[in-house]
Amino acid sequence: MNAADHPKPRRNVELVLLLLALLISIGAQVLVGLALDDELTTPYWVEGSILAALALGFHVVLRIRAKYADPFILPIVVTLNGLGIAMIHRLDFTAAFDGVADRQLMWTGVSMVAAVVLLWWLKDHRKLRQLTYISLAASIVLLLLPIVPGLGQDMYGAQVWVSIGAMSFQPGEIAKITLAIFFAGFLANNRDLILLAGRKIGPMTFPRARDLAPLFIAWLVALGVLIIQNDLGNALMFFGLFVAVIYVATSRISWIAIGGAFIALGAVLAYQMVPHARQRFEIWFNAFDDEIYNREFGGSHQLVQGIFGLAHGGLTGTGLGNGNPSMVALANSDMIIAAFGEELGFIGLGAMLLLFLMLFSRYMRAAIGTRDHFGKLLATGLAVVLVLQVFVVVGGITRVIPMTGLATPFLAAGGSALLANWLIVALVLLISHNARRPIVVGPMVNTSGEGATGIEDPLRGSDTGQHAPAESRAETREHFLGGER
Amino acid sequence: MNHAIRHIWIVSVTLFVALFAALSLIQVVLTDELNANQKNSRQIIATAGSPRGPITVDGEAIALSVPAENSPYDYQRVYRDAELYSGITGFYSTEGGSSGLESALNDYLSGQSDSQFFDRISALFTGDSMQGAQVELTLNGQWQRMAFDMIPDGLRGTIIVTDLTTGDIKVMASRPSYDTNELAVHSRDAYLQNLERIEATPGLTPHSLGPIRNRIAPGSTFKLVDTLAMLESGDYDPDTELENPPSIQLPQSVNELENLETGNCYQRQEAEFRWIFAQSCNTPFAEAGMDLGQQALLEAAESFWFNQELTIPLYVTPSHFPEEEISDAALALSAIGQQDVGATALQINMLAAAIGNEGTLMRPQLVDTIRGTDLQVLSQPSPEVLNEVMSPDVAAEITEMMVETVESGTGWRAQSSRFDVAAKTGTAEIGDGEGLVNSWITGFAPADNPQYAVTVVYERLEPGVGNELTGPQMLAMLEAVIGE
Repeated sequence: MNAADHPKPRRNVELVLLLLALLISIGAQVLVGLALDDELTTPYWVEGSILAALALGFHVVLRIRAKYADPFILPIVVTLNGLGIAMIHRLDFTAAFDGVADRQLMWTGVSMVAAVVLLWWLKDHRKLRQLTYISLAASIVLLLLPIVPGLGQDMYGAQVWVSIGAMSFQPGEIAKITLAIFFAGFLANNRDLILLAGRKIGPMTFPRARDLAPLFIAWLVALGVLIIQNDLGNALMFFGLFVAVIYVATSRISWIAIGGAFIALGAVLAYQMVPHARQRFEIWFNAFDDEIYNREFGGSHQLVQGIFGLAHGGLTGTGLGNGNPSMVALANSDMIIAAFGEELGFIGLGAMLLLFLMLFSRYMRAAIGTRDHFGKLLATGLAVVLVLQVFVVVGGITRVIPMTGLATPFLAAGGSALLANWLIVALVLLISHNARRPIVVGPMVNTSGEGATGIEDPLRGSDTGQHAPAESRAETREHFLGGER
Repeated sequence: MNHAIRHIWIVSVTLFVALFAALSLIQVVLTDELNANQKNSRQIIATAGSPRGPITVDGEAIALSVPAENSPYDYQRVYRDAELYSGITGFYSTEGGSSGLESALNDYLSGQSDSQFFDRISALFTGDSMQGAQVELTLNGQWQRMAFDMIPDGLRGTIIVTDLTTGDIKVMASRPSYDTNELAVHSRDAYLQNLERIEATPGLTPHSLGPIRNRIAPGSTFKLVDTLAMLESGDYDPDTELENPPSIQLPQSVNELENLETGNCYQRQEAEFRWIFAQSCNTPFAEAGMDLGQQALLEAAESFWFNQELTIPLYVTPSHFPEEEISDAALALSAIGQQDVGATALQINMLAAAIGNEGTLMRPQLVDTIRGTDLQVLSQPSPEVLNEVMSPDVAAEITEMMVETVESGTGWRAQSSRFDVAAKTGTAEIGDGEGLVNSWITGFAPADNPQYAVTVVYERLEPGVGNELTGPQMLAMLEAVIGE
């Protein structure tokens, strides 16, 4: 192995893309300012500089701490986050909102600093594997917090908030991460057992009940809490996460079948037991029905107005500041996609969806690239969390699925979701760094502590599934070429 | 494992493809239908929030559009001296329609009129937001202010001043009034609340202007119509001696028609027409009306534009004289401006204006000029003859009688030291059982070279109060508008 065969850090690519990202997001801010303010006052430049400083600071930390990390993730996320702030700022000019953009910028700062701290402190994602069961406990506590009397708060029909003084927070957002860690850790530890023991029924092999038990309990807790909290969007996301990670761990269709059955069961239960959910289905099917449209609470007004907003934008959009996005309730959080669709048009919103598509593809690329099962499962889980968040929100607004409230990652106003998504970015960057950095053969890794447990063992590091030999060859080759797939 | 991850990726991309499909349906394929959906108010907002042209008086805007802040609409309509002009400008609401000139001239003000076609085309290419046309009114701001301030708050009063040679309306002030800005608000709740409060005021509706909407009993001012019919018949001239009994028995009726006890009429049982006119005695006019017949009075009334439509360009309610056959008793009462006769304040002003203008009735007009955004004139109504009501000789005879009314008759309070004033007063019983009356004066000056016709009317007054208001206020207006 010579130096030329080593993977390139590609941090310079990231820097160039990052400058492009800053150009887009600060440019959007400037356009908002030109359209709606008389002049570009100092705050515009201050805010632009803060965003640039944060992004470039993050980049520098990556150069020092994770120089083989994926170079596309940070620029994509900065673009989305910057566009989000610009749109929130634009909506601050309407009667409905005021001063939200500053808060969003503040939360962006907090989130990015938190992500950097996590990146710096954690160094190697494999350490998280030790936290498997602590994560489960943490998830349960986080999900239960909002229904603790005196702490929880009911907003817009979903009880997902926790208030301490003037601060309110959605602990469920952080629970996405801890649950992903638990699923990944548990399955990485037990997949051999699950795979080997099982009963074959027809073409499919079904696992033993006791192997399923811990997952089933986790699923049950999530489901129960979410039904109690009325938060359908997150319920859907947790189910999706659960099924996807199990499928990746076992590569067996039977798990998809089981997962699908669970989802179907969950949906039926929700429909039967939660009036909120039934309403969502009604709205979905009959959005333009007069009776449902005019209903004071739980009507389709918001959905229909959002669709009108999208249609108003058309192919090219009205331009930032020229539409009426504030006609849609919650335009800067749950419905920010409709605001983007109206003012940036199909072209603008389509480009943003493509950014999301690229982003989750990079997450999954990191999952494919990394050599440890835990990392693969965690990165896939986090990617699925991203996919489902975007799909549930955009699909809800475009009537592909019933509308449920979820924050659009990086775009919507709201600190909790922003923090959670930036922490996910930090984790995926670490995983991708581990995936692409050259293997250091010798004592260094193997003696570097518990985090290295057995990972470098070729027998356990390769896939034991059907396609194992071919795949591990491919991975090896890829690694030596330092290539991207 | 990687295989499974790729499967997950394929599923994820499939989900995104579904999103793209749905988005392109909404944003590209179905846009027209969605934009036209009746639940979609964005189109309405775009029109409602677009900048409208200003309405100006003496070149200064009394209604204008300014960029709106914190509103779904782009522009906010603002009214200056709102109460002074409320009935004329009307209001323009994004929440509940419009009234007044905002409604009558909406095509021009919004830039949608035919004559602004090329402006619209050029705005399409330059991307400018289309500005509506500017409407300059015939009103005189200073006089309008003076007239409005003279009307005591709490009364229902109207003062109209027209240039009788051109028909230009110089003053049209009335109370009660309201602040049009309160109805131009962009909040539906505030709009409905304000509307309810405004409509709770008796005699006030934000949807039309009292002096051209309300048809009320004209009382003795209607004797100008009788006089025209009498002189035109050839049976009467100003010196004809007429019987003047204190009261007459109405035919087929138990009611009697009396001269007013407070006036001078009961002093003489017989008098020449000019004296009867100046003292406004009822019985001779009632007799003359019955002698001439309904047809003669109807013709005289219609020549002054009773029973006919008029827009100035605000819609003016046609004043009413019965066309269907009525009893002699009703005819006698109608001849003295009661019973079946109803007139707007503007109609009564038109009586004086036609007489002052040598018998030629000019079309009343509120709009001086309408200009496009580039100041080119889109419309400029020139003075228009509405009707040749009478010959100059008859007009001169009536003028002479009206001058006498001011010099030695019921209109003495309108006497000026600077010029001769010609006027006719009127007090009409409303007949609502409360004894309230409408108090009128209408006339013009200078009598030898008439320039302006002035009408002052107060509705629903206690008897005896009105004369102290109408005569002096007419005089004040005339002295203000007629230069040295």
